[in-house]
Amino acid sequence: MKLLISNGHLIDPAAPENTGMSVLIEDGRVSSWLRPGENPPEGCEVFDASGLLVAPGFIDMHVHLREPGQEHKETIASGCAAAVAGGWTSVCPMPNTTPVNDNAAITRYMIEQAERANLANVFPVGAITKSSDGSELAEMGEMKSAGAVAVSDDGRPVPNAGIMRRAMQYAHDFDLPVVDHCEDKSLSSGGVMHEGKLSLLLGLKGMPALAEEIDTVRDIILARETGAHIHIAHVSTKGAIEAVRRAKNEGINVTCEVTPHHFTLTDVAVEGYDTNTKMSPPLRSEEHLEAILEGLKDGTIDAIATDHAPHHADEKALEYDRAPFGITGLETAIGLAFNQLVHKGIIDLARLVELCSTNPAKIFRLKDRGTLKPGSIADITIIDPELKWTYRNSESKSKSRNSPFDEREFTGRAVATIVGGRIVYGEVR
Amino acid sequence: MEKPYRRRDLLGIRNLSAQDIIGILDTAENFREISNREIKKVPTLRGKTVINLFFESSTRTRTSFELAAKRLSADAVNISVSSSSVSKGETLLDTALNLDAMAPDCIVVRHSSAGVPHQLAKVSRAAIVNAGDGANEHPTQALLDAMTIREHKKKIEGLKVAIIGDILHSRVARSNIHLLTKLGAKVRVAGPGTLVPNDFGHLIDERDSDNPKSKIQNPKLEVVPKIEDAIEGADVVMILRIQRERQDSAYFPTLREYSIHYGLTNDRLNLAKKDAIVLHPGPMNRGIEISSDVADSSRSLILDQVKYGVAVRMAVLYLATGGSMTSS
Repeated sequence: MKLLISNGHLIDPAAPENTGMSVLIEDGRVSSWLRPGENPPEGCEVFDASGLLVAPGFIDMHVHLREPGQEHKETIASGCAAAVAGGWTSVCPMPNTTPVNDNAAITRYMIEQAERANLANVFPVGAITKSSDGSELAEMGEMKSAGAVAVSDDGRPVPNAGIMRRAMQYAHDFDLPVVDHCEDKSLSSGGVMHEGKLSLLLGLKGMPALAEEIDTVRDIILARETGAHIHIAHVSTKGAIEAVRRAKNEGINVTCEVTPHHFTLTDVAVEGYDTNTKMSPPLRSEEHLEAILEGLKDGTIDAIATDHAPHHADEKALEYDRAPFGITGLETAIGLAFNQLVHKGIIDLARLVELCSTNPAKIFRLKDRGTLKPGSIADITIIDPELKWTYRNSESKSKSRNSPFDEREFTGRAVATIVGGRIVYGEVR
Repeated sequence: MEKPYRRRDLLGIRNLSAQDIIGILDTAENFREISNREIKKVPTLRGKTVINLFFESSTRTRTSFELAAKRLSADAVNISVSSSSVSKGETLLDTALNLDAMAPDCIVVRHSSAGVPHQLAKVSRAAIVNAGDGANEHPTQALLDAMTIREHKKKIEGLKVAIIGDILHSRVARSNIHLLTKLGAKVRVAGPGTLVPNDFGHLIDERDSDNPKSKIQNPKLEVVPKIEDAIEGADVVMILRIQRERQDSAYFPTLREYSIHYGLTNDRLNLAKKDAIVLHPGPMNRGIEISSDVADSSRSLILDQVKYGVAVRMAVLYLATGGSMTSS
């Protein structure tokens, strides 16, 4: 089975700009690039990508697929359907399932469910500690053998610095990056939105920026000490971004990601008490958003990840302070990246691909992904950068509907998603 | 959802204009004398239905709204939900939609979570009146406080008002700050740093639009470090209730220490103007945030506040269900 993606604008770290290269796929891998005018081999299906961007498959480093245990919110199959509809060829589910993904059996189960769904690649993130309760280390080595690509206790970050130090020392032996949701809960517990003028105005308990900053700085010091790779999940504050920038300058092994909602919205969106504006970390104030845009521009931020966190409608239809944290994000991420970053000239297309594909592949050591150079796995995201469309929660492929971007208009979206050489979303045109 | 008629929610003071506030107060003045009559009832809201939906316990506010509705001849139904809707397994939205389906004209709601009235207003056809939502707002309390101040000071503009105590968790403080500054009073707030964050000074937007970074001269709202500084020269001293459960959260060491350093005593009150008045939203913790001799003195207008509360709520229910404002 041969597929030629022809006449597109290939954006790849290995590709020279605008050469009109076509990508030939054979047996699930990129076999070669054809120059304009070069004839494709016989019996080759052709995808005419004229006017479209052809990029190495986007990899979402941070999603919640809720399976096993909370299948009323999302399943691996429904989450993967949303992923490929949003242009993501791979997703990395966090371990806060029920039970927690803290052992090889659950890691394997998640991968098998993904194979059954046969849409996106699923690379699970295992837990740092058993049940993510912050006390005993989970079997990281076994989880890695089963297919886990990193470890994290996600929304229940390890509060004890001594245990975190040992976790980093141990993960380092297995070349596993440690992903941390940085939040010192002694400073933020009970909070439901960013602490600042808006939280005072709305009478909602705040989560101060410094709760993220303090934990980020702690992790960076531990990474310096242990040599482990620390990946800071969803940075949302100026202070944390500055800490990461300084650490990188000092040569500490730290990377970080940002979510589309944090580079788009501020805490002003909480006015009106729509529970789809409630997530952790919370939407921050303008100065933090500006720091995020700066970090995206100057390279401090390595990746865009959605933190896709589906919740059932009934669970969100509650009082603001009782509703769960989190919003869906797989289907709106590319639209938001184009609206807020690319079309506004904050980043260029090469940087977008770096943020959504090349860097995530590097950070999670995904071999032969994040590039389309010959020999790599044929995971491809094909984007129409000028396509105008409207996102509607009612049309989402996710089982949940908790996006604050319902009815938002976008310019730019994935029109086809190819995983392992197979078109899993969109059609040959 | 389609709204079948134009209805007026009262969600907070923050989004009202000075003119709206004065209109409500003037309307309330007209309703005052009804409560002094032998037969305390007028037919103004006959045939209208008011639901008092209280998710949080309340004696004063709920009774006040109920009497206000009944004195206007509305049919009033009280619903007390012991805790949140979650405990019954019903979502807040379902509770609201079920009540709304019975076609009330107005739902008065109190809830321990900020924003519940705003959430209900989005889905209900009935007018929503906020009777206190979490730490957000308590608009009828601020209106009755304003009515009390107007009665005794004949104006609000230019008055110096001290608000003392747990500002952070107080919906009364927020509504009063909005109302008083909109009507031209100068407000100084003070209390323990743990309960009076400095950011409170920026609660209302006072920036000079031509020069947004400049320091505001003579601001309408100020956080001051010592309660004595707030009380000094004040026309009105407003004391907030200390919620005893806060003590467990280590916002201050002991009630004893609070009363010594932050309680309103006669000595502290003497720093205010000679004719200063004292307000408290109730229920009082005597001997903690306010000493009994202050509470029982002639300067304390706590029972006037309660009295005017009925008139304010009559006005609010009348306006919410379609009545027009009295113009002064």
